[in-house]
Amino acid sequence: MTTATYAEREVSLDAEGFFTDPSQWDEAEAPAIAAAEGISPLTDRHWEVIRFMRREYEEKGAAPNVRALAKTSGVSIRELYQLFPKGPAKLAAKIAGVPKPVGCI
Amino acid sequence: MIGGGTGGTLAANRLRRSLAPDDAITVIDADDRHLYQPGLLFVPFGLAPAARLVRPRAAQLRAGIDFLQSVVEEVDVEADQVVLAGGERIPYDVLVVASGARLLLQETEGLTGPGWGERVHTFYSLPGAATLAGALASFAGGRLVVDLVDLPVKCPVAPLEFCFLADWYLQRHGLRSRVQLTYVTALDGAFTKATCNRELSGLLARKGVEVVTEFATARVDAAGGRLVSYDEREVGFDLAVVVPLHGGADYVSRSPGLGDALGFVPTDGGTLQARVKPNVFVIGDAADLRASKAGSVAHFEGPVLARNVARYLGREAPDAHFDGHTNCFIETGFGKAILIDFDDDLEPVAGHFPTPIGLPLLRESRLNHLGKLAFEQLYWHAILPGREIPLVGSEMPRAGKRPQLAPPLLQTEGGTR
Repeated sequence: MTTATYAEREVSLDAEGFFTDPSQWDEAEAPAIAAAEGISPLTDRHWEVIRFMRREYEEKGAAPNVRALAKTSGVSIRELYQLFPKGPAKLAAKIAGVPKPVGCI
Repeated sequence: MIGGGTGGTLAANRLRRSLAPDDAITVIDADDRHLYQPGLLFVPFGLAPAARLVRPRAAQLRAGIDFLQSVVEEVDVEADQVVLAGGERIPYDVLVVASGARLLLQETEGLTGPGWGERVHTFYSLPGAATLAGALASFAGGRLVVDLVDLPVKCPVAPLEFCFLADWYLQRHGLRSRVQLTYVTALDGAFTKATCNRELSGLLARKGVEVVTEFATARVDAAGGRLVSYDEREVGFDLAVVVPLHGGADYVSRSPGLGDALGFVPTDGGTLQARVKPNVFVIGDAADLRASKAGSVAHFEGPVLARNVARYLGREAPDAHFDGHTNCFIETGFGKAILIDFDDDLEPVAGHFPTPIGLPLLRESRLNHLGKLAFEQLYWHAILPGREIPLVGSEMPRAGKRPQLAPPLLQTEGGTR
């Protein structure tokens, strides 16, 4: 476990940089996390996905993977990849301060 | 009970033994063909004849269980009724959803069009596996690509096993040097469990299987012989074996409140009750649980489900709890296999199963391969009837496990990997 400081707040992260305590997150931290992942600035469309990710986690206790994200958020997989290159679900989860989406393994 | 596969059959048989004789149990399925799914892996390599893998569903059910062959249109959760395709309504006190997972070919562009069954195959269905056997037999060399489109899929280790067996098969036919074997996966590693990923990645490397990770397949271009990802990367192939995205049964999506975006049923991982209503229970692949979609999971869920259903019918609170116990034999080729055994809390570790004397865990061995072969008989004669298997209970055994030890490192020709 490591720590990082986003928007002047110290938070706990796992080995891959995901929040271990989602309650340490607030929206002010998101731009700094995103910038560290090479995404800057955050557009309205990014925010839509980040807030959706956050809501899903709060309601269901787990972050959705990319297929479920595309089906439920209304943002297509193709656009998700444009917004969050490489791994949309993982990146959006990281920026939204929730644990890594896990599949069924 | 909707679904007469592994979970539905073993749950119905367990419930028939534990419930009162006048409690009626009906199993509904669209067909009467029970497929031994672990056998699909072997069909493309000529190691299992397709016909041997199928038996009548009804014959696997104990006396006193009704089998109803019908398509389910939807579940009316409010009214506690299953609606059949013809409009007939079957009322229930308790519903068990056991309708498994199905392949969503239409979710990936190119999987339903020209070239499907010619240059592009899957072994995740019986016709698919049989067609692939023919394609492999006439494969003269080139690029063979195995593509895991995305999770969730049934038996997440099967695509890796396919790579290992393909390596063995091609060597046996003197073709290995003429084939570039590549494993393409949406995941960020060969497997998501860390210790296991290390072991399996080492094996893939040793067998000369190239691995492409974080590849989210957008399109399978059969004519052009290439996989294209959402972020515009490409992997070329001469023969592609694709594991398509899975979803739950059609009727789940048609039933208001029952399923999630992919048609899986949101389920309490402990009690196995659907979140939609306490008289709906879920077993096996149909659930949205983190546990693997695998027969072993359905088997270990069996006693928990049977006890909780019986308690619910007796107006008592469910008290049995599923721990996520999963057990997989991973066939690695050349008559060997790795065994892994884990639950929600403990990752696959070294040691022995199910006791300190037993099958070696997380290590290739001939004994594990024999275990995998023996499992087919165990499946029909002990797992489906819902019998207890000596020493292997529902809860994950800890006696033979050595979590404090790092897993053994694989010895290779070049030294220790």
